This record gives sequence, C-alpha cells and structure tokens, in this order.
Amino acid sequence: MAKLESKIPSGPLAQKWTKHKAEIKLVNPANKRKYEVIVVGAGLAGASAAASLAELGYGVKCFVFHDSPRRAHSIAAQGGINAAKNYQNDGDSVYRLFYDTIKGGDFRAREANVHRLAEVSVNIIDQCVAQGVPFAREYGGLLANRSFGGAQVSRTFYARGQTGQQLLLGAYSALSRMIGLGAVQMFTHSEMLDLVVVGGHAKGIIVRDLVTGEISRHAADAVVLATGGYGNVFNLSTYARNSNATAIWRAYKRGACFANPCFTQIHPTCIPVTGDYQSKLTLMSESLRNDGRIWVPKKPEDSKKNPSDIAEGDRDYYLERMYPAFGNLAPRDISSRAAKKVCDEGRGVGASGLGVYLDFSDAIKRLTEAGVRERYGNLFDIYHEITDENAYQVPMRIFPAVHYTMGGLWVDYNLMSNVPGLFVLGEANFSDHGANRLGASALMQGLADGYFVLPYTIADYLVGQKPAARPKTAAAEFQQAEDNVRGITARLLAVPGKEPISHFHKRLGKILWNGCGMARNATNLKKALQEIPALRAEFWQNVNVPGEDAALNQSLERAGRVADFLELAELLCVDALDRDESCGCHFREEHVDPEGECLRNDDQYAYAAAWEYQGEGQAPLLNKEPLVYETVHMAKRNYK
Amino acid sequence: MKVKLKVWRQMSANSAGGFKEYETPDLNSNMSFLEMLDVVNDELTIKGEEPIAFDHDCREGICGTCSLVINGKPHGPHRGVATCQTYMRNFSDGDVITVEPFRARSFPVIKDLIVDRSAFDRIMQVGGFISVRTGSACDANAVPVPKEAADLAMDAAACIGCGACVAACKNGSAMLFVSAKVSQFGLLPQGQPERDQRVLAMVKQMDAEGFGNCTNYYECSAVCPKLISHEFIARMNRDFLKATLRSAFTQAPTGASAAG
Ligand SMILES: Cc1cc2nc3c(=O)[nH]c(=O)nc-3n(C[C@H](O)[C@H](O)[C@H](O)COP(=O)(O)OP(=O)(O)OC[C@H]3O[C@@H](n4cnc5c(N)ncnc54)[C@H](O)[C@@H]3O)c2cc1C
Ligand code: SF4
Ligand code: FES
Repeated sequence: MAKLESKIPSGPLAQKWTKHKAEIKLVNPANKRKYEVIVVGAGLAGASAAASLAELGYGVKCFVFHDSPRRAHSIAAQGGINAAKNYQNDGDSVYRLFYDTIKGGDFRAREANVHRLAEVSVNIIDQCVAQGVPFAREYGGLLANRSFGGAQVSRTFYARGQTGQQLLLGAYSALSRMIGLGAVQMFTHSEMLDLVVVGGHAKGIIVRDLVTGEISRHAADAVVLATGGYGNVFNLSTYARNSNATAIWRAYKRGACFANPCFTQIHPTCIPVTGDYQSKLTLMSESLRNDGRIWVPKKPEDSKKNPSDIAEGDRDYYLERMYPAFGNLAPRDISSRAAKKVCDEGRGVGASGLGVYLDFSDAIKRLTEAGVRERYGNLFDIYHEITDENAYQVPMRIFPAVHYTMGGLWVDYNLMSNVPGLFVLGEANFSDHGANRLGASALMQGLADGYFVLPYTIADYLVGQKPAARPKTAAAEFQQAEDNVRGITARLLAVPGKEPISHFHKRLGKILWNGCGMARNATNLKKALQEIPALRAEFWQNVNVPGEDAALNQSLERAGRVADFLELAELLCVDALDRDESCGCHFREEHVDPEGECLRNDDQYAYAAAWEYQGEGQAPLLNKEPLVYETVHMAKRNYK
Repeated sequence: MKVKLKVWRQMSANSAGGFKEYETPDLNSNMSFLEMLDVVNDELTIKGEEPIAFDHDCREGICGTCSLVINGKPHGPHRGVATCQTYMRNFSDGDVITVEPFRARSFPVIKDLIVDRSAFDRIMQVGGFISVRTGSACDANAVPVPKEAADLAMDAAACIGCGACVAACKNGSAMLFVSAKVSQFGLLPQGQPERDQRVLAMVKQMDAEGFGNCTNYYECSAVCPKLISHEFIARMNRDFLKATLRSAFTQAPTGASAAG
C-alpha cells in the first residue's frame, strides 16, 4: 500500500497557504547551490519552475524532448487564463474563483489546493505583465477581460487567440535569461525514459538524446516532472502530435501513484473528424461561445439541409434551452454531452452527422463582421484553412474532441508524489481540476505550480536532504534503470512486424473513444478491457519499427510512446470501471438523474483513486485519498 | 489525387544528401501536407524503407516546429500559414512537389528535412527577456499601456520562431525574428530599462551565430507564417543606432550578465 499523506495544512481554508508558507523551513542560501534539481518539461509549468528555482539559487537541469523549450504544447492554448483580479468590478473574488473551479470539477478536487490556486492567480497576471506579455487592453490602457465557460463573471485575461503562446514565451524568456546566466543547464532533444529511485527517493533520470541516440544518466537531489497531459492515448485529440505519457507512465512503474486516470476532458468545440488519415483535431476556442450560438435542427430530417434553409423556428438552441442560466457558456463536460445527445438523436449536421452548428450570424448583426473579426479573426482563419468554409457566411460545424487530462500522478499539497523527492506540476499531476476542468484554468494552474507553489514547497523536502549528498550516477539503481531503457529500445527494434505504429495507435484510439469516451458503462468498459491487452500483444508481435537506435529515429520515439499508451489505456478503463458513479467528465450511463445529468455518489466515491503499480501482468492496487470538504458543501452541480 | 514528391534525404549532419522521388498513394484533398507525408511514411515503413524525417508538433501553426521548403517556398505556396496548415487541395493531381529543408548557414541539417535552429534560442538567452524575478512584480494594472502599443507589441510577439524568414533570405539573415522580439519589448513600458543593452546583445549574438545582413529584399516577411512586418526591422535598426551611440558615451555593460 502506498502512503498517501495529503499534507493539507490545518486552519481555515483561506489561511492555509499563508500559514504553510510561513511554516515551511527555508534552505540556507549558501546551501541552495549545493542542491541540484532536475526539471523535465518546459511548458508553462516546467519553464516557470526551472526559471524560478534557478533564481532562488538552486542548480537546475532542464530537459525537453522538443528542439527548443519554446515549443511545448502550452504554446497552443488559445483562449485565456483566469485570475481573481475583479478588474471588471463584477463581483469576482478569490473565493468565487475557488468555488467556480471546485464546482466545475464536480467536487472531486482537493479543496485546499484549489483555494491556493485561486489565491495565487492574481500574482500570475502581475508576473506576466512585468515580463512583457502583451495581454489585450482597453482603450484606457488597462487590462481587458472576457468570459469563459462555467463562470458568470468576466475574469479571463487573454492575448488575442494566442494566450498560451504569449504566456509560454514569457516563461521561456525567464528561463532563457537563467540559461544565459549559466544558472540553468538546458538539454533539448532529450527524452526522459526512466526515473531513478534510490533508497525510496527520486534521485535521477535516464535520458535518450533524440539526435544521437545516446543514453545518459543524471543525478539530482529532487526530480520535477512537468511533462504535460496524456490525452494522445486517444490518438485523435487537440494535443500537439508529440505530447505523450512516457515520463509519468515510467514514473508510475517506479512507484508513483497515478490518480484518477479516467478523468479526461472532451472539449465541446473542435472541428469535426473528416477522415481516417487525420492526425489531429483542432480546437476552436471556447471563447467563441461568448458570441456564437450553438444549435442543431429540431427535426432529424433537416440535418442534411443547408443551414440557411432551416427557419429560425426549426432550430434548437439546445444549450440555451437546457441550461438557461449559463446557456452557451455551460461547462465543457455538460456541453459535450449535450452535443453527443443531439447527434445520437439523429440531429447532428455535416457529412458524418457528428457535428453541431456554432453560429455567429446574431453576433455579426450586433457587432458587425469587423467587430467579430476583431475578437476572433484568427480562429475564423484557422477554421477556413482546415475546412475551406467561411464562417462569417455559414455557421461553423463543431464536435467534441479529447482535449485535456485532469488525472495524472498523485501529489500532496506540496506537489510531491508518494515517491519522496518526485514533484509533479501542471497537467501531469491530478490535483486541481477534479472531474472536469473549467476553461482558462490549466494555464493558471501550470504557472501557479511553477512560479508560486513549487519554489516554496520544494524546500520542505530539500531541508531533510543533506546538501551535496545525492547519489552518484555509477550507483546500481542508475545501471538498472539504464538497462531497462536499453531493453525497451532493443525489444521495439527487434519486433519482426509489418504494421506501422500509426496502425496500432489509431485502433487504440477507437477502442478508448468507444469504451471510455463521453459516455461510459460497465459493459463497454469490460469490452475495452478485453480489447486493449489483445491489441498490446499484437503490437509487440507485429509492429514495424524501422531504423536504428544510434541516430535520430522518429519511428522509435513514437513506438516507445505508443507502447506506453497501450498500457496506460488499460488503467484508464480500470479506473472508469471502478468509479461506479457519474461525476464531471465521467458519465456512467448507469448513474443518471431524472434530467439526464450526472448522478454523483458522494458516500462511496468522494475519493481520489490513486493507482499503484504492482508489476507486469498484475492488477494495479487502488489507494484511496478521501476528499474531505471542510468549507464548501458538496452540492449538486446546477447550471440551469 | 496523387502527387509525386522529390524529397531531400540526408542521413546525418555530416553525410551528403540528395533528392529521392516518391509516388504517393491516392490522397484525400482535405489532407494536410504533413498528413500526406504521414501516409507516405507509413508506406515506406511497410516497404522496409526508412521514413522521411521531418519536424512537426502542434499541427496548427503555432509551435513553430514544422519547416520545409515546398516548391522553393518556405512553408509552401500560401501566404500567412505554416507548412502544417497547408492542405493538399492547394495542389493538383499529378503535380511534382519538391520538398527541402530550411537551408541556411546557421541552420545545419540534422537529418533529411530537420534542421538545427538552436541559434535562435542562444540569441534569446543573451537578451530576449525583461529581467523580473518571480514574485517581484507590481500590480498588473499599475502601469497602463496604450492599446495601440499593446496591439503592436502583440503583432511582433506573434512570431513562432520557425526560421522561415532565415530560410527565405538570400543572406540568411535573422533580422525579422530578432527585430520582432526587440520590438515587442521596446514597445512596452516594462521593456524600457533594458532596451539598449537588449538590442546590442541580441544583434551581437545574431552576428556571432553567422546570420547574414539584411539588404532589404523582404523575402522574410513575405514567407512569414505570421506575416510579421519588416517595419520591425527598421524599428530595430533605429534602436540599435541609438543604443550604440548612447553606449559609446556611457560604456554601459551589455549582455545577460549585466541584465542579471
Ligand atoms: C489546443 C489547446 C488549447 C488550450 N487552451 C487553453 C486555454 O485557453 N486556457 C487554459 O487554461 N488551458 C488551455 N489548454 C490546456 C493547457 O494548454 C495545457 O493544459 C497546459 O499548457 C499544459 O502545460 P504543461 O506545462 O503542464 O505541459 P506542456 O506544455 O504539455 O509541456 C510539456 C513539456 O514536457 C516535455 N516533456 C514531456 N515528456 C517528456 C519526456 N519524457 N522527456 C523530456 N521532456 C518531456 C515537453 O518537451 C514539454 O516541454 C489548451 C490545450 C489545448 C490542447
Ligand atoms: S519572423 Fe516569421 S518567419 Fe521568422 S521566425 Fe518569426 S514567425 Fe517564423
Ligand atoms: S507543427 Fe506547429 S507550427 Fe507547424
């Protein structure tokens, strides 16, 4: 059994973080440079952490598989970042942001973490503006805001449709500065392939140089994983093509618990799938739902008609009808399910019938075409490039797609996993979003973790470690981990198979989408749990991985990642089967209230499910961290 | 539709490269150019040949990872988009399409179509930032920024660091990339304290990396997927001149060590 100590500070919710910061022991400044910290990843979470730790004086080594830290998947975030600044004077507050986020997560996140997130949100905006992030501004020169799903206040800060890019470039600039000063050693094109655990503590990693194939060992006093989400386990998603789960999956196999793996977000507004060749799905930012209206025809027989031929009275603006209080800004899980429902009723539009309209004609009447262009021009351009359609004239067609993973490695309040010395930040951990993430809150969490949480909490661990006492890379544990990595590579290259890697990834994606997608039930989950191991066995017999080990080999990189997805997929379904309730994104068809909404079971399932690896071929062990709500009442989520 | 590809293949940085021809299978015209390469690569794999190495990640025009010179044009035939946003419907059945890496002295080929663009990172490391320690910032609304300045800074900040500007330039100049960053910070009040040392340090590093000079052909902004304007180059030149003059009088230290 893993030891899950959440280490939530005592005291009133709003004072926990302040109190904890005051009580954490400090590392003596002269000692800081004697500690080496490995940071894997340079997305929002990793880059902000690496830069901030280096500013404090720790020795930092940062690793990314990308050719530059500026390319992390965070760059693709479009819509914005939340902060409880209340610059609009519309009644926002730290408590309200906290409450919206915990309610948005359907009461499956840890109260204290979410409150801290809301508290530090305001510092993030200050930090980013000081770095030169060009947020949108009003004519008076002050910062502008927009609304996002799941909120009734306007608290989202944005930089056109490129908020993630600008925030990442801000963190990258801070990181670059520290690299220039020699305070961070940066390793690009370097993929972590194993975690090294010595005496029960995380003390290093094994890395493959993606250009030369060389394997190297790196020791440190603590290891930070900020390696992003695992949504590409579904193959088709809005993630960057190379996002993967290998770092966290291999850490899981070294003892780190994987929490709530089945909590995967399906985003309602993406461009629908058109063919089997497709390599990714493109998100149309949720911000579009501020002004676009979502509808399908009332009658199935109209679904193939030209939208302009469908009279106003024959249209069903179903979100406005079902959720009048939030309308088109209902949270993602709810909006996605509603889209699935109307398509299941045969009212979906487009050639595949898997699509709904997102219509801007009213917005154009109100704001003019130029006004809509000013707000969303780049999104309309993207839509045009992909679909060859002009959304100023015909409504966009959208459909839900895999977008984010709330699950991830289990961490305590200090963001440390159950393996001492292993910290996990950003999308790679499980801590703040419960069973559903609200828009504009992942960027907030990544930067909160990296700039404002870890730099304090890592000291809590390091003070207990003798300075400069980290193990040498000659230690047996490093040898064993390196052998493991070499073994995996050799096995992949040796399979005498025929099929390209994509063949298996696509099939895995379909199994998961059908078995563990927007709606789940025990029968389909059990079916997926049969199919996944069979597909995995087939992969190891029939995959074709060309090329060699000692060179740049993209097939080998992909094969390793897909091999891990083939294992992780099974854990997703195991978790989804175990959680015999509906909550947030996890919609078990067996548990539905009379109105067709999620029916939670707080008596039995108010816990974070932290799965522990038990060895190859063994069923994972379920550890439960009870979710104790000291301040808020676990209410039924209501957006009507 | 089907097309014929003439693709640059090169085993490694030190080996000689050359073009190889491939016939594609039947394609859907809604495929992206990179999806077409995926399909070709899967076929090569099945045939036991090594797939074509090419860079990509986000596949939506924002990460700056994809590259490729398609029929002589960095990022392909269309204005204002990256290679990953190029679709097969822009080509015709039977076309012969030449695919090469971004070529420039400062971007050595790593393999096939992948080049090393780390010189850009090194330029950023000497000055592409505002020195602000985490936690030391004042309230975000304490310093108003005129909307026009913020908007123009955002225009500059839209650069995705892809390097097409360098590949398009007959001198292999990185002026568009560097000037975009210098201008973003130079336009904002927060960027003023380090304005001189930033431009001096970044230009010095740019020269040290072997990027060429700008001789005002503006091929760069023509191929830029974010349509970064070459007016930023003029802006940087003015900044550079002023900074040079001022530093001659004050002997201000330059570079990251000074910024720290
Ligand atoms: C299209 C899109 C739009 C979005 N829009 C928004 C939005 O508007 N607002 C919002 O709040 N959120 C948004 N999100 C979510 C948000 O962008 C992400 O959750 C967040 O950026 C993740 O940041 P991260 O730092 O955790 O990871 P990432 O940015 O994914 O970074 C991962 C890093 O880890 C490295 N890495 C991974 N594995 C390894 C390994 N094995 N070895 C070495 N390095 C490794 C990578 O190189 C990279 O540097 C969006 C997501 C998508 C897909
Ligand atoms: S200026 Fe344009 S072409 Fe040059 S790196 Fe930036 S985005 Fe690419
Ligand atoms: S793959 Fe990201 S810009 Fe083309």
